[in-house]
Amino acid sequence: MTTDPLLKVDGLRIALSGSKTTYNAVEEVSFDIGRGEAFGLVGESGCGKSITALAVMGLLKRPLSLGGGRIVLDGEEIQDASPAEMRELRGSRIGMIFQEPMTALNPLSPVGRQIAEMFVLHQKAGWSEAMDRAEEALRQVRVPSPERRIKDYPHQLSGGMRQRVMIAIALACSPELLIADEPTTALDVTVQAEIIDLMAELCAAKGTAILMISHDLGLVANMCKRVAVMYAGRIVEAQPAEAIFADPQHPYTQGLVSSLPRLGERSRRGRQRLREISGVVPSIQAYPPGCRFNPRCPRATDVCLSVPPDITPLPADSLVRCHHHG
Amino acid sequence: MLFVLARRVANIVPTLAAVIAVVFLLFSVLPGSFVSAMNEDGRTTIDPAVMERMRKEMGLDDPLPERFAKYVAHTVVGDLGTSFRTKEPVTKLIGARLWPSLKLVFAAMSIAIAIGVPLGFIAALRPGSAVDTVSMVGAISGLSLSQFWLGLMMMYLFALTLKWLPSFGYGDGGIRYLILPAVALGVGPMALLARTTRAAVLDVLNADFVRTARSKGMSERRVVEWHVMRNALVLVITTIGLQFGSLMGAAVVVEKLFSWPGVGSLLVDSVFQRDIPTVQGCILLIVIFFLVINTLVDMAYVAIDPRIRYR
Amino acid sequence: MRKGGLSLWVGGGLVALALAVAIFAPLIALTDPVMGANLMNAEIPPGLEFPFGTDAQGRDIYSRICYGARISLTVGIVSQILNSLIGVTLGLTAGYWGGLWDDLVSGLTNLMLAIPSLIFALAIMAILGPGLVSLLIALGLTSWSYSCRIARAQVLSLKSQGYIQAARILGYGDLRIMFTQVLPNILGPLIVIATLGMGGAILAEAALSFLGLGIRPPFPSWGSMLSEARDQINTAPWLSVFPGLAIFLTVLGLNLLGDGLRDILDPQSTTRRT
Repeated sequence: MTTDPLLKVDGLRIALSGSKTTYNAVEEVSFDIGRGEAFGLVGESGCGKSITALAVMGLLKRPLSLGGGRIVLDGEEIQDASPAEMRELRGSRIGMIFQEPMTALNPLSPVGRQIAEMFVLHQKAGWSEAMDRAEEALRQVRVPSPERRIKDYPHQLSGGMRQRVMIAIALACSPELLIADEPTTALDVTVQAEIIDLMAELCAAKGTAILMISHDLGLVANMCKRVAVMYAGRIVEAQPAEAIFADPQHPYTQGLVSSLPRLGERSRRGRQRLREISGVVPSIQAYPPGCRFNPRCPRATDVCLSVPPDITPLPADSLVRCHHHG
Repeated sequence: MLFVLARRVANIVPTLAAVIAVVFLLFSVLPGSFVSAMNEDGRTTIDPAVMERMRKEMGLDDPLPERFAKYVAHTVVGDLGTSFRTKEPVTKLIGARLWPSLKLVFAAMSIAIAIGVPLGFIAALRPGSAVDTVSMVGAISGLSLSQFWLGLMMMYLFALTLKWLPSFGYGDGGIRYLILPAVALGVGPMALLARTTRAAVLDVLNADFVRTARSKGMSERRVVEWHVMRNALVLVITTIGLQFGSLMGAAVVVEKLFSWPGVGSLLVDSVFQRDIPTVQGCILLIVIFFLVINTLVDMAYVAIDPRIRYR
Repeated sequence: MRKGGLSLWVGGGLVALALAVAIFAPLIALTDPVMGANLMNAEIPPGLEFPFGTDAQGRDIYSRICYGARISLTVGIVSQILNSLIGVTLGLTAGYWGGLWDDLVSGLTNLMLAIPSLIFALAIMAILGPGLVSLLIALGLTSWSYSCRIARAQVLSLKSQGYIQAARILGYGDLRIMFTQVLPNILGPLIVIATLGMGGAILAEAALSFLGLGIRPPFPSWGSMLSEARDQINTAPWLSVFPGLAIFLTVLGLNLLGDGLRDILDPQSTTRRT
């Protein structure tokens, strides 16, 4: 590695406080994101990827809290930052896009104002100046006739348009990092690609790094340089995007890759069934001992049932967490 | 806005028609109706001959549909009939009582809103705190009080014992006479508003868009001012509108307790005097007032929530 | 979590106390509530002999309150059973059959909501005349709109999820579907509504009796006791204090119990009062 990363997450642990015991919803999660780099975090729902993002934002709520580890933004540790310091960071240095464009915008406030708030909050702009800049921001995310749209309410916009508004809000202050939590999951397939392209293009132009969170390995691999796969609260594999498709190391990643339909595959290899991964993600209260993937793993042996696997470093800054990787 | 108003008003018409029918039928068809009850009551003993004449005079012997048609025709043009007792037009009797009643009801609601809504807000922003616990215990207690008992206790304490305020009556119409009845009447809706506001604010605080607002780097205070208040207000306003209904019910009792010269005490007195046109008129007026309030609430809704216009 | 439990226990305790007092009134009362008058004992303040004092006729207030619990609770329970029956029947059938019947029920519900229920009850009392039976009718007929709306909404939601169609394909009859498929789903919210409604009915009974339209003296209802006490508020304030406290504690118990039950039986809070 040549320079310090923009974001360094090191040994992150997120605690879930139950009525009697405290569980670790996420543990031993470490990854780096370089300046302007797009990094993907993939996993099934409930694996802890969204709360990892919220932890970086400092937005963990009630039963969840930061249990340990370091979060370093641009050389500065922020895991213990005061609420006021985190507020300074949020929006101006880290922007975030959420999954549900239907509910992520205030239904009673015009979208222009919701964008303009960013300039008022972080750049001490007056409202009229902020509104002008909101219009400009809408133009940048290619919302047609932004001068009229700024007065519209969220319910008057389509899902795709709303997500564009969310992008405009998140990127309004040209943050160094954009966290996108399943930004296209709730959208029509035809709109998904547009939104992804728009995000990638704007971030490239502003030099913004992306932490892309999704259950969709294909989508993430397309957009990101490096990808980490999470399972049951831990990172099980991290590789450059091409490598994760060509040569997945963890049985879970292999399952994810082979469950994806691929164009042209059939002609090359003949008719073959898509494979699914059997079983479901275990709940936090019932993580199995040993490797957490063992109940679903085709390669599980005795050691997997009792000994949690450690991280095995691989070439090219990659890693895998499996007794029988490869 | 005008279109919405027109639609709401159009919605009222069938309800109002039904209310008129109910008010008429209640007092015309059921056994023990008026004039016969005048006798049983034991207060007024009427000579059978006089009763016969009264029935004639009032048209009570006409066939029911005919009487109903007459009643509707009169009511629609604002003629609520003539009081059996004073022989004056009912509209005039009610008119004289209208202002004190409005004053009392609006004063009570103002007290309820001015205290209940902020209390619910503060409680919701500090859930589990002392303020929250105290105001919510207070709220459920307020909901469990009978207003007239509270009025009675306040009358004893503030009027009879401490002699700070007059114990009953309308006096010169000044605010000193208004305080006790208005507070007695306002405590119930105040308690309910505190609870509803708290629940509404907690609801909104869990909404996705509040998380968005926080991700923008807003202070909690800004989050509340810019994004929570307006959304919570929608629910609060609905409650206010609906509360007017039970408020007007309770007002009847409170007016009676404090000898307040309002429509409610006119209604109760007329019930005892078997003055049916006045009873009918009072009930009709109360219902119309309630419907008007709820129409206003609907309009406030439209002004606050842009989604409604497009539904 | 602990809070919901607390209100459940405090509320349940107060309601149990009120029920016990009502049931065992003849055992725990010191004198007969109506006939136990003794002018020698008139207007004695609370003390050792008469814990809550005596009224102008020398009757023991404590004993009258014990018997008054019977009336309040009877009114509360019976009127809520009536309201639930009416509301559920109308709501279930309206949602199930839809069409003209649904429109009619909806119109009726709107009508009920348009007339403040205490005013409606007052009108009915005016016609039927005072007395316990009239009270039960007046309060049992005038606040069924909540249970009606909940029952109807539940049917419609099950309908849209295809449950009802599935049951019909299985050959279930209309009534069987309503009672075995729909009713169990709304039992929780109904119990909550009825519990809170009981408090409302007790307050309404007190108000109507206070106006002289409910239970008439000399029979001891908490409302009628307050009605008599009003004139003596200056000389014998205890006459007003204790019946009012009895109403307050009973209704508070029911409200707390309803809140606590809602946390258990109706987690989505469909019954939240607005």
